[in-house]
Amino acid sequence: MSSDELNGLYQQLILDHSKSPHGQVTLDNPTASSHQLNPTCGDEITLSIEVDSGTIAHVGWKGHGCTISQSSASLLSTLVEGREVDDTKLLLEEFREAMRSRGTIELDEERFEDAIALNGVSRYVARVKCAMLAWVALEHTLEGR
Amino acid sequence: MTTTPSTQAMLSPADVERIRGDFPILQTEVNGHPLAYLDSGATSQKPLAVLDAERDFYLRRNSAVHRGAHMLAAEATEEFENARATVAGFVGVTADEIVWTSGATEGLNLLAYALSNATFSPEHAALRLSPGDEIVVTEQEHHANLIPWQQLALRTGATLRFIPVDDDGVLRVDLIDEIITERARLVTFSHVSNVLGTINPVSEIIARARQVGAIVVLDACQSVPHLPVDLRALDVDFAVFSGHKMLGPTGVGVLYGRGPMLDALPPFLTGGSMITTVTMEGAEFLPAPQRFEAGTQRVSQAIALAAAARYLDAIGMDRIAAHGAHVGRRLLDGLDAIDGVRVIGTAGHQYDERVGLASIDVAGIHAHDLGQFLDDRGIAVRVGHHCTQPLHRRLGLTATTRASGSLYTTDDDIDRFLQGVSDARTYFGVTS
Ligand SMILES: Cc1ncc(COP(=O)(O)O)c(C=O)c1O
Repeated sequence: MSSDELNGLYQQLILDHSKSPHGQVTLDNPTASSHQLNPTCGDEITLSIEVDSGTIAHVGWKGHGCTISQSSASLLSTLVEGREVDDTKLLLEEFREAMRSRGTIELDEERFEDAIALNGVSRYVARVKCAMLAWVALEHTLEGR
Repeated sequence: MTTTPSTQAMLSPADVERIRGDFPILQTEVNGHPLAYLDSGATSQKPLAVLDAERDFYLRRNSAVHRGAHMLAAEATEEFENARATVAGFVGVTADEIVWTSGATEGLNLLAYALSNATFSPEHAALRLSPGDEIVVTEQEHHANLIPWQQLALRTGATLRFIPVDDDGVLRVDLIDEIITERARLVTFSHVSNVLGTINPVSEIIARARQVGAIVVLDACQSVPHLPVDLRALDVDFAVFSGHKMLGPTGVGVLYGRGPMLDALPPFLTGGSMITTVTMEGAEFLPAPQRFEAGTQRVSQAIALAAAARYLDAIGMDRIAAHGAHVGRRLLDGLDAIDGVRVIGTAGHQYDERVGLASIDVAGIHAHDLGQFLDDRGIAVRVGHHCTQPLHRRLGLTATTRASGSLYTTDDDIDRFLQGVSDARTYFGVTS
């Protein structure tokens, strides 16, 4: 009964990550933290990173919100832990470009691994903000904002 | 006065079908399904009579009002003022007590700014607010009936107090004597909550406000479209509502002010059309309502809003209210039968104290996900905090899903919504 588009948005991996998210830990010595709020729906996240010699050693976040925002934060934590800061910044730009593409640009599987499950979001303009929430928080921590 | 909707006067399914014929947008397909529009609390759909009235004005009589000596200007002015009389009559008051605004939000801000302007004007000392004075709102309010008062308190040094709600969102009327005291200068509250759909006990609150001599303001946004409302009989000093929620166009709404009260207010916006004599040093103002209508007016919208009032009147607000009660009952009964669904604002309320609206929290499903799932089936609902963050916070929620009906809502719309909520629980794996 549900459309292919909807099933593309709510892939099993997304539902699984939102039910049992990764990275919901408190870091001992965060290098930077960022709190982000989506005022239209009330979704919230506080994300922290520990950077060690130009590499993101750990990511930890706390928050609440919809399936998309929670699974995106979870997938992001898995993806960027152990990644160089410079490469993470590129990854962020690629993610944003795909999310804003209204379904015309797909996330590269080699780069994004499991996070390609978020591909379906870009067709739903109103949900792009949900997927971006954790990524924007990460961007702010990287910029030291 | 709010008459209790009687079931005898209800709209029949055939009536609703006929009414739907006046709303072409209801034939839209969404994601391959017929639209089930359950977001009338946010904005209603518009019948052809309203669209035609606006178009007809532009086709035949378009002109500025209260200016110019030509034929079209005279006709436009007459129609504009007739519209005022029609809308005034629709809510039981007279034309010179009705100020056109862009909507309820502007109406409440106009009032709040007029009151703070009184602070600087020796002529308006009686309306002046100062430290020690209190403004009373409720914990149920839409942000539009909260923030203007927070800001007025900031500007004047007055204190903002509120009537709290209980764990279910119901106003704690038992506390009004403590909260509305001799220090209260203004009491403002919504007639019907846009989240709970409950009709508030207007007369009890007003009786207390009168005892202490406070100005009474009613947010009638969610009552005027759904219930017979007689503002004179309710005995409020001011009231606001929005045209777009009562089958009218966007960009027009009403601030009602009881004759002497409205006349006593200083202006908020100033400029053309609200003056008598202007010199380089100062100006004298027209009486109400013109004093509050500076600049070129929203003529076509006011005329279309009058068409909406006539349309509602022709069907009958008693029957519309009875239909709303039916929609509310079907929603509540259906939702009660689904596991894991909490309908907020139901405890201690009778069916006939509600309009056709229900907001729900479904355990394990975020409102946005539920709204997305329903949209996939062509069912349009509102998700989020519905501009009532304090109320949601008080109820331990950040977002809910709201289904809100109108005179064109069918049983099938409701049943599809109910089935959708039930199926969403399976889809998102929260049935166990
Ligand atoms: C109870 C209530 N008050 C005020 C408003 C504000 O109305 P508007 O946005 O039309 O100014 C609304 C509408 O959202 C409402 O439901």
